[in-house]
Amino acid sequence: MNDFTYHAPTSLDEALAALRGAEGAKLIAGGHSLLPVMKLNLAAPSDLVSLAGVPGLADISDDGDSVTVGAMCTHAQVAGSATVQGRIPALAAMADGIGDAQVRNAGTIGGSVAHNDPAADYPAACVALGATIVTDRREIGADDFFQGMFMTPLAGDEVVTAVRFPVPSRAAYAKFANPASKYAVAGVMVADGPDGVRVAVTGASGDGVFRVGEMEAALAGSFSADAVAGISVSSDGMLSDTAAGADYRAHLVTVMAKRAVEACG
Amino acid sequence: MSANGSGIGASVKRKEDQRFLTGRGRYTDDINLPGQLYGYILRSPVAHANIGGIDTSAAMAAPGVHAVFTGKDMEGVGSIPTGWLIHSKDGSPMVEPPHPALAIGKVRYAGDCVAIVVAETKRQAKAAANLVDVDYQELPAVASIEAAEADGAAQVFDEAPGNVCYDWEVGDKGATDAAFEGAAHVVSIDVVNNRLVPNAIEPRAAIANFDPATDEYTLYTTSQNPHLIRLLLGAFVLGLPEHKLRIIAPDVGGGFGSKIPHYAEEAILTWTAGQLGRPVKWTCERIDAFKSDTHGRDHISTAKLALDADGKFLGLHVSTKANLGAYLSTFATCVPTYLYGILFAGPYTTPAVYCEVKSFFTNTVPVDALRGAGRPEATYLLERLVDKAAVELGMDRVEIRRQNFIREFPYQTPVALQYDQGDYDATLDLALDASDWAGFEARRAEAAARGKCRGIGISTFIEACGIAPSAVVGSLGARAGLYESGSVRVHPTGSVSVFTGTHSHGQGHETTFAQIVSDMLGVDFAAVDVVHGDSAKIPFGMGTYGSRSLAVGGTAIYLAVEKVIEKGKKIAAHLLEASVEDIEFENGSFTVAGTDRSTSLGDVALTAYVPHNYPEGLEPGLEETAFYDPLNFTFPAGTHVAEVEVDPETGEVDVVAVTGADDVGRIINPMIVAGQLHGGLAHGIGQALLEDCIYQDDGQLATGSYLDYTMPRAADLPSFNINHNTTLCTHNPLGAKGVGEVGSIGIPPAVINAVIDALRPLGVNDMTMPATSQRVWQAIQQAQG
Ligand SMILES: Cc1cc2nc3c(=O)[nH]c(=O)nc-3n(C[C@H](O)[C@H](O)[C@H](O)COP(=O)(O)OP(=O)(O)OC[C@H]3O[C@@H](n4cnc5c(N)ncnc54)[C@H](O)[C@@H]3O)c2cc1C
Repeated sequence: MNDFTYHAPTSLDEALAALRGAEGAKLIAGGHSLLPVMKLNLAAPSDLVSLAGVPGLADISDDGDSVTVGAMCTHAQVAGSATVQGRIPALAAMADGIGDAQVRNAGTIGGSVAHNDPAADYPAACVALGATIVTDRREIGADDFFQGMFMTPLAGDEVVTAVRFPVPSRAAYAKFANPASKYAVAGVMVADGPDGVRVAVTGASGDGVFRVGEMEAALAGSFSADAVAGISVSSDGMLSDTAAGADYRAHLVTVMAKRAVEACG
Repeated sequence: MSANGSGIGASVKRKEDQRFLTGRGRYTDDINLPGQLYGYILRSPVAHANIGGIDTSAAMAAPGVHAVFTGKDMEGVGSIPTGWLIHSKDGSPMVEPPHPALAIGKVRYAGDCVAIVVAETKRQAKAAANLVDVDYQELPAVASIEAAEADGAAQVFDEAPGNVCYDWEVGDKGATDAAFEGAAHVVSIDVVNNRLVPNAIEPRAAIANFDPATDEYTLYTTSQNPHLIRLLLGAFVLGLPEHKLRIIAPDVGGGFGSKIPHYAEEAILTWTAGQLGRPVKWTCERIDAFKSDTHGRDHISTAKLALDADGKFLGLHVSTKANLGAYLSTFATCVPTYLYGILFAGPYTTPAVYCEVKSFFTNTVPVDALRGAGRPEATYLLERLVDKAAVELGMDRVEIRRQNFIREFPYQTPVALQYDQGDYDATLDLALDASDWAGFEARRAEAAARGKCRGIGISTFIEACGIAPSAVVGSLGARAGLYESGSVRVHPTGSVSVFTGTHSHGQGHETTFAQIVSDMLGVDFAAVDVVHGDSAKIPFGMGTYGSRSLAVGGTAIYLAVEKVIEKGKKIAAHLLEASVEDIEFENGSFTVAGTDRSTSLGDVALTAYVPHNYPEGLEPGLEETAFYDPLNFTFPAGTHVAEVEVDPETGEVDVVAVTGADDVGRIINPMIVAGQLHGGLAHGIGQALLEDCIYQDDGQLATGSYLDYTMPRAADLPSFNINHNTTLCTHNPLGAKGVGEVGSIGIPPAVINAVIDALRPLGVNDMTMPATSQRVWQAIQQAQG
């Protein structure tokens, strides 16, 4: 790991100033995605700007039709929040299944969406629930935000401040985890929300999170596991590694979709 | 010997846990010497290449750098040796190419040591290593056994044509072939024993120092066998006499075999400290541990079993190919031969057994012992084959085993070993009972109602432990003896220090050995401390592996205690004015037989050190050393039963029950024995279901971190149901056999047999380890066509 300058701003403005102050500056939240790549010298930021001391970024609020989760909320916080458990239990359960306890106590929702790892869980939740990513300057719908592996429309000096989730009438997440890393091999969030039924898949595709239109249409017709059981996704473009090849991943998408629908009750 | 509060048979809490659990363990990386520099080992990023040249000038000029050494600088230093000479079928010795500590001219695996960069800080050394410019002229790599033996394969060593190290055999081929000729049934099987990464929680580390005032080198290293390192490093590599080389292996955080070998880094560090006249420290990073700690297993085998019409075993024929990696590590050559082939009688009376093993060099990390070392590979093959025979002959899986059990001891197997004692029916019955084997079909039906395929699997096995009689292993090619030493020092006030040449890195020797000594001498458990891991303190030792510490090291201590008691009797006789023959020793008191005249061990000890009133001609002091060379291997045995549930949609395998019925010989501390069994079972289940070291064709490790390499976690394991039926080893006074490797030897075939049993209704008849969800799903897909 290379040397870097560490900044601990106490306001959003200070954070933005620090980000703009150095060419190679990067935000750090929980550090559970950033530090591993720095240790491997795959990233070498000159400056790290921590969001830990910026007030107001770790709140969870119930706004009636939606729940807003601050960017610095850890996965454990989301999993344990009475608000999230009460309004969108599928989101709390999803957060509770991220990595292991250490990861959940450090990793944040803001870091997860900004990183947009193709095997991360939040992208599926955001897309299926029709979430809005709130930044220091604008609001971006989830469909436009996740632009393929590690790609988002965020500017280099832009800070995610919160994620707003509309409350669905029902939703559930089913994940087949990589046995070693516990990242998603195939994670499917099914949600019946204000925009109708959405099915979003993470972990499986090389392009990151994607929706399965055919399943959404089938579920709109009949919201049952049987409706999706016969729908398979193509293995073209699926990720392939030592734990799961493309065919297996494609198969698991259908199985997890079925189980998510079942879990919706 | 009785199960008093802290004596033999009591579950005493471990002495060492006080420091381990409170963070006060003292591991190699915790040690810092004044003036110490840091070494960073630069490793080859490619699996096979000629080194065109190495430019170290930029690294030398980097901040804080003191030195950069490459293979050229160490050219006069000896090759890293291997401990066992194997002969091929034709009588020719194995091919034994040199292993320079730092690569000279060529690198042979991704991870091979290329240079050491020494700097003021660890980060400076690592940063400067990035500046070493190595001209790798890449060569095609052979990363598997199949690739190594292919026509026109790249050669790892010019002197090893076809990449073959040796082509070995054991057993009577003629008799075995004859057994097949008349056989009513022949059952064959092909199995792969998957390659594993050992993953001790503490990465390897070392600090070397040279003292110009005494010309003495000291090496702190993460080793299971400090004296063995002194022997190999001193005598073979650096040419240093024993009294100028001190090896200290302090607290070590797990070994599992991967800390047996003498590693290149130990030689590089020690030599570098001598060059610089300053201590040099190195700690391996996890990512480097994956590509430099010796790996385990990696066999491909085909075997056949001949049976008569009733299912009686007539003959067994095994052909195995083993991957040795790029260089011959310390025990590499004996693991797939003398720790493997001679196990194939198992617990069965098979009259003719033949095993041939061809071992290959490949461009992969050297392969050496890993928990069980050879015996898990043999047990897995045999117990898979026996299960398959039962299915093909339409016999009961339990009865086919039972009817072939050895029941008369001693039993001479057709493959060299002589079993001294055992009761295989007893452990089988115990396991069947404890696992409710008979009630399984109801559980299968209940699981089916939930959409799960449930299966049960069994393995009945023996292992050869307590290695090993020196004369026997010497005749088989071992370059060292495998005895052990123990010293017992009774201090003037009656407390006791015990010195053992074995090394504890998780096994709890400090507790178990103290229990033995406290029990025998009748002194308080708290008054006995065990010292290990320092060649300057311990007379000699061969270390800890092959479940030998209690059976061999414990026996040496036992014999030393007996000598102490003998000498104590002479002193007591003098004090009590009786004749030595009349003195009895019990519970810490020397008594004149048939009287109430007695004196305590404490008084005798004090007299030994303050010999004012003392037997004429007797040496003062109360300290004795014994060397013990075992008379035979020990033969722990048992039955393991695994029960699994498979999710047929995803292929996930859930181990829902594990039952062990083990005969490990005398149990000194039941809690420690349970811990050893639990750890071994976790290890074995990891091999069966999760762990897989996969190389890409170009010799890059595809599972080179915890992102891809799956270690078993607590949540992957059921609560273990452990049972014992003990028969005592007949040839050591403790009756001890060994327990450290039992789980990793016995359970893998039981798990795979259970998976196959679960899937048989779906048409699946075979399964390769590890039975990952993907592999199970694919097998179901294939079977369903
Ligand atoms: C062993 C392990 C297992 C894991 N398993 C899972 C899993 O099962 N599922 C899963 O989803 N994830 C998993 N993760 C990832 C984990 O959840 C990460 O913590 C998370 O994805 C990133 O959050 P972070 O707060 O750690 O971000 P950081 O690592 O601090 O940052 C990640 C990136 O986001 C940027 N960033 C951070 N915060 C913001 C912000 N507010 N605005 C703009 N940019 C920002 C950073 O600059 C950096 O580029 C795992 C990680 C580990 C180490």
